Amino acid sequence: MQETPRIRMLLGLADDALIHGHRLSEWTGHAPTLEEELALANIALDLIGQARALYQATGLPEDDLAYLRDPHQFRNVLIAELPNGDFAFTIARLLLVATAADLAWRDAATSDDSDLPAIAAMARNEIAYHIRHAADWLIRLGDGTEESHRRSQNALDALWPYTGELTVGIDRSAWLGAIEAVLERATLTHPADGWMQGGGRDGRHTEHLGHLLAEMQILPRSHPGATW
Amino acid sequence: MTNTPLWEVFVRARNGLAHKHVGSVHAADATMALQAARDVYTRRGEGLSLWVVPSNAIVASDPTDREMLFEPTGSKIYRHPTFYEVPEEVGHM
Repeated sequence: MQETPRIRMLLGLADDALIHGHRLSEWTGHAPTLEEELALANIALDLIGQARALYQATGLPEDDLAYLRDPHQFRNVLIAELPNGDFAFTIARLLLVATAADLAWRDAATSDDSDLPAIAAMARNEIAYHIRHAADWLIRLGDGTEESHRRSQNALDALWPYTGELTVGIDRSAWLGAIEAVLERATLTHPADGWMQGGGRDGRHTEHLGHLLAEMQILPRSHPGATW
Repeated sequence: MTNTPLWEVFVRARNGLAHKHVGSVHAADATMALQAARDVYTRRGEGLSLWVVPSNAIVASDPTDREMLFEPTGSKIYRHPTFYEVPEEVGHM
């Protein structure tokens, strides 16, 4: 696969959406309530839909991109592939990632790319709801019980070193401002910016991505060309 | 979450129609109830507007009063608008 700068840019956005969407889909059958299960599944489907549109914009076969690449060929940020952890971790990650995605889509909406503005128009409505849902939950978890506060704070502390590569290419101070507005209402804090994890965009992933892909890709890899 | 309050959900499918009861959701407060209603009941383009109402705010008729309340209308067919002919010029009504 010839990875032109445009394809590399599209794959970064697409892989973020696909991998995060797949993680959210893992809550199906395990979410705390029926209502939240559907909410997370809806968000997962939004993200997988965005990934499809972006893969199609590369002009390469979308199924091959999703199902036949190995971990080092994926361009997603590391935060998207981390295991779901508890509900607080899932919600905190959703807020951090969706807020960054919103800023990235704003730029995409005005780019002169042939496909991105149209995809951005669809994605921005979806992401706006993801942010609202995650923010409303995080405010209730942070400002809720002692346990929900502790779990939310632990999640933020664990996720923060993964936010460095999340804001490469967008305005980190705008992202931080939006996050801090939610954290203040949630009575939560974030750690100071320190050493940051990185490498996802270059295909250097955590050990978790291989396991995720093994599950996601097993069917098309075991039964090439299968249809149903 | 079993002690989470129950909310009744009403969806308006189009402008000009009334909100229609579609079911219920559990949620801790009104904001999250609206989001739950959106996520559970409007996944396939069912609506343009949502209401959620605390289930315990609904006052319901007593099932044992059913005969007293509703039986008497059974014998009053003249209340149905079926005793006059619509002139053809009116067309579809």
